Amino acid sequence: MSQKLQPTVYPETRFYWDGAKAGKLMLQRCTPCDRAYFPPRPFCPECGSRDVTVVQASGRATLHSYVINHMPAPGYEPPFTVAAVTLEEGPRMMTNIVDCPADPAALTLDMPLEVTFETRGDMAVPVFRPAKGGAA
Amino acid sequence: MSRAEIAIVGAAETTQMGKVPHLSQTGLHADAALNALADCGLTVKDIDGIATGGHDAAEIAQYLGITPTWLDGTSVGGCSFIAHVRHAAAAIKAGLCTTVLITHGESGRSNLRNHRPIFPSQHQQDFESIYGALFPPSRFTLPVMRKMKDDGLTLEQIASVAVVQREWAAFHPRATARDPLTVDDVLSAKMIAWPFTKLMCCLVSDGGGALILTSAERAKDFPTKPVYLRGMGGESAEGPMVSQMEDFTTSRAFRVSGKKAFDAAGITHSDVDHLMIYDAFAHLPIYGLEDLGFVKKGEGGAFIAEGHTRPGGKLPLNTNGGGLSYMHSGMYGMYALQEGVRQMRGVSPAQVKDAKLSVVHGVGGMFSASATAVLTSEDRW
Repeated sequence: MSQKLQPTVYPETRFYWDGAKAGKLMLQRCTPCDRAYFPPRPFCPECGSRDVTVVQASGRATLHSYVINHMPAPGYEPPFTVAAVTLEEGPRMMTNIVDCPADPAALTLDMPLEVTFETRGDMAVPVFRPAKGGAA
Repeated sequence: MSRAEIAIVGAAETTQMGKVPHLSQTGLHADAALNALADCGLTVKDIDGIATGGHDAAEIAQYLGITPTWLDGTSVGGCSFIAHVRHAAAAIKAGLCTTVLITHGESGRSNLRNHRPIFPSQHQQDFESIYGALFPPSRFTLPVMRKMKDDGLTLEQIASVAVVQREWAAFHPRATARDPLTVDDVLSAKMIAWPFTKLMCCLVSDGGGALILTSAERAKDFPTKPVYLRGMGGESAEGPMVSQMEDFTTSRAFRVSGKKAFDAAGITHSDVDHLMIYDAFAHLPIYGLEDLGFVKKGEGGAFIAEGHTRPGGKLPLNTNGGGLSYMHSGMYGMYALQEGVRQMRGVSPAQVKDAKLSVVHGVGGMFSASATAVLTSEDRW
């Protein structure tokens, strides 16, 4: 079976992938808006300011929506869960739900999740699993 | 009283659709273009503007032998051709060209091509595709579980979209899938990406279509009944990352494009006799009905399930059977336009009696872009 895809690292996204490799989920925060955003870019998508900082996310999130994919995908064994999760800091991101059956009975919208990292070659990508110990 | 300024005077699909193993993608463009030229009695020498999406407009110009003074290669997915109608109308009004050919060809099934029809997005590849969300069935569908929870949309309502559109497809000899369906058939079909079964997903076809636009004052010189643009239409984009949609229960691009088109046409919903909403997947007509304002938010699924869009219903929707049953090459917007034109000409196999106004609304990518056209059989209003 082929390998799962690896992201391409660009200058603007290197901090994010370096963070993931170190087991940290990194976001950016706009100073004027005082608001976190995703995906990475060196300016705020809300106001256009370049006055932004890199911050570490808590890793806590909730399940916003999902599909259980039954189609082939490189490196995956269907069925698997493709999800959109809402991070505690506000931004939403696509991910996979791991350590959880790919079954609607096990996937409840708004359930608390926590980040974990999946190794891909010499990189790592953030994925999410049901939170241990209750509410996020 | 307003007078029409722009008319569609030629319209045609490829000679064959569905499985066309004897034509390349470029060949499908050309076959559709030649059919549209024959439809209005023009030759390639009469064309001075050309637009296409998912393909190099210059290649199509060269292949057909056209020397354009205006080109549009807007490629934002399946609604590109609806956007081209808007752009072509503006170009003709501005005097940049007089006669525009819009072509679509796509070898979606036979794959007789060497490129994909939509630009890859950097962020989409690096922050979505890596999660195995590589194809439309696992991307376009992602917002739906949220909509089911927040708006009370049900699986049976989503399935009813496929059922109703199959009723329309039965009228069309050229439709790929014409046998009746039940909600149970749809729900029990092969699972593709929960909650979507195969019958909630579009067909994968070969085909093409072309349109020819010119100024309304020339429209009566052509052999076919002219179809006029009422207003300049609308367009918008939200972007290729479905996970970044502002709200999973409504499409911002749909709302912006639709409002622009309705305002430009000076129409209200009760003026609309016929409606096309691009249905790559069964949830899209539900989002479209709500985001265009035909029903309140959260009421789209029930509206379709109750039969209001089926043959004999008060709002005939996707009367060719749509991408779910008619055909879907990959960028279906051209076929929605073709059925809108047929309805306004009064020649659709599923003709809506006395229909004078048709709204054609398209999506591009996975809720990435949108475009809306308002067509009418009347040259003044």
